[in-house]
Amino acid sequence: MNRFKLPLSLLLAALIFGQASAQDGKTIRIATEGAFPPWNSVDTSGKPVGFDIDVGTALCERAKLKCEFATQAWDGIIPALNVGKFDAIMAGMSITEKRKQVISFSKPYALTSNYFVVRKSLGLAELASHLKVNLSSEAEEERGILQALKDDLKGKIIGVQGSTNAEAFVREYFGDAVEIRTYDKQDNLNLDLVAGRIDAGLADYSVWKAFLESKDGAVAALYGPRISGGLFGPGVGIGLRKQDKELAERFNGAIEAIEADGSLKAISLKWFGADLVSN
Amino acid sequence: MNLHLIVEVLPLLLEGMLLTAQLTAASVAIGLLIAVPLALLRTSPSSVLSYAVLLYTFVFRGTPLLVQLFLIYYGAGQLEWIRSSAAWSILREPYWCALITFSLNNGAYTTEILRGGIRAVPSGEIEAAKALGMSYALRIRRIVLPAGFRLALPAYANEVVLMLKASSLASTITLMELTGTARKIVAQTFSPYEVFIAAALIYLGFTFLIVCLFGRLERHMTKHQQRAGLKNNSRSRIRAAAKISASQKVAP
Repeated sequence: MNRFKLPLSLLLAALIFGQASAQDGKTIRIATEGAFPPWNSVDTSGKPVGFDIDVGTALCERAKLKCEFATQAWDGIIPALNVGKFDAIMAGMSITEKRKQVISFSKPYALTSNYFVVRKSLGLAELASHLKVNLSSEAEEERGILQALKDDLKGKIIGVQGSTNAEAFVREYFGDAVEIRTYDKQDNLNLDLVAGRIDAGLADYSVWKAFLESKDGAVAALYGPRISGGLFGPGVGIGLRKQDKELAERFNGAIEAIEADGSLKAISLKWFGADLVSN
Repeated sequence: MNLHLIVEVLPLLLEGMLLTAQLTAASVAIGLLIAVPLALLRTSPSSVLSYAVLLYTFVFRGTPLLVQLFLIYYGAGQLEWIRSSAAWSILREPYWCALITFSLNNGAYTTEILRGGIRAVPSGEIEAAKALGMSYALRIRRIVLPAGFRLALPAYANEVVLMLKASSLASTITLMELTGTARKIVAQTFSPYEVFIAAALIYLGFTFLIVCLFGRLERHMTKHQQRAGLKNNSRSRIRAAAKISASQKVAP
C-alpha cells in the first residue's frame, strides 16, 4: 500500500498547486457566461454565440492562438479562472479596481453604458435621459442628477444581476433608499420586471436593448442618464490570470489591430446595432 | 486559505442565517399541519381518498424542488389572470413563494413518512383500543397518532435536516438567505473557500441542533420502552445495599 502513497500525494499536489499557465501550442480556454445576450448566449445546439465570441475568435485569429469557448456561471467565473479551469474570461466583464486585485485585464475591447429601466406603470416623468453621468468626475451637476434619480426611485424595488457593477453601484449610491433584489441571470430579472415584482432594473444598454425591443419589454422604458466611469470602470476587457503577462500582451496587440482595421466596430454593429467600441 | 476571514465573515452571515432558520422552521411547521390529516386519509380504508393524496405526494416527491420553486415563482408571474387576482399580493413576494413551495414539498414527504409510521402501529394495540370501546377519533388521538409518530420519528428528523439544506434554493428567487448571502460575499471578496466554509459551519451547527432536539424528543417519547430505567434501578438498589452493609459495619 505504501508505494501508492507518493505518486498519489504528488498527483494531489499537482491538482492543488498546479497553476495552469497558458502557453503556445496549447488551446486557450475562454470562459463566457452564455446568458447575457447579445454579449454572449448559447444557441439551440448549446454552442456559445454573441459579441464576446465573435470578438474572441477575431482576436485569436490575429494573435495566432488556438481558442475554445466554454460556458461558466457568472458568479464563479473569476475563481474558475484563477484555479486554472480556464485561461481567459470574455463575458462582457467590466474592468474594475476590485476585480484587478485578483485577476488582470487586457485593454478594453468595448465600452459600458449603464441605464435604469423602469416600469411604465410607475408614471415617472422623463429625467435627463440624454445626459451622461461620469461617476469619476466630481461635477456638481452630475451629483444633482444622481440625487434627483435617487429621490424618484425612493422606496422602489430595484433588480440587478448579482456580482455585477450594477449591484455594487445600487448598493453604494441608493442602498439606503431602495429595496435591492439580486438575480442570477438577467433573463430572470426581465421576467420579474414584466411580472411587476420589481419596479426598475439597472444594467448595460446593450442588455436592455434586446429586452426593450421584445414584446414583453413594452411595459418598461429607459429612464435617467447614461451612467459610466467610477465603479463601472473604463470598459469591458478580457480577464486573465495575473501571471499570464505574455498572453495579455498578445491579446492587447490583437485588440489594437482589429480596432484599427474596423472589424471590431463591424462586430459591434452586428450584435448591438450600435457602435459600443469607439470612444 | 485565510482562517481569519472565516471568522470575520460569520457575523456578516447572521442576517441570512436568521432567514434560513425562519424559512425552515415555518415550512416544517406548515408541512406537518398538512401532513397529519393527509397521512390519515392516505391510510384510510377509502381508496378514493388514499389515491387522491397519493397523487399529491407523487407530484411533489417526483419533481425537483427547484423546478417546483421556479414554477410557482416565475410560472405564476407569467399568467395574467394570476397577476390580476387577489392571490398576486402573496405570490408577488419571493418569501411567500418560497414558503408555499417548501411547505407543500415538505408536507408531501412528511405525509409518506407518517403513513409509514401509522401502518407500522401494531394491530393488536388498535384492536385493544376497539375492545375498550374507544371511538375512532379517540383511537386516532390516543393510539394511532402517538404510536405512529414515535415510529416515524427517526425518518422525520432526517426530513427536517433535508428541509434545512433545501432552503438554500430560496437564493435562486432573490431571497438572501444563508447561501444567497454567502454568494454575495464571495462576489465581493472573491474568496469562495473561506466564505462557503463559514456558511457550511453554520449549516452544520443548525443540523447539530436539529439532531439533538429530535434525539431528546425520541428519548422522551420512548421512555416506556427503555431499559435504562431498569439499569438505574438496579444500580440504586446496589448502592442502597452497599449503604446498608456499610451502616451495619459501623453500628457494632
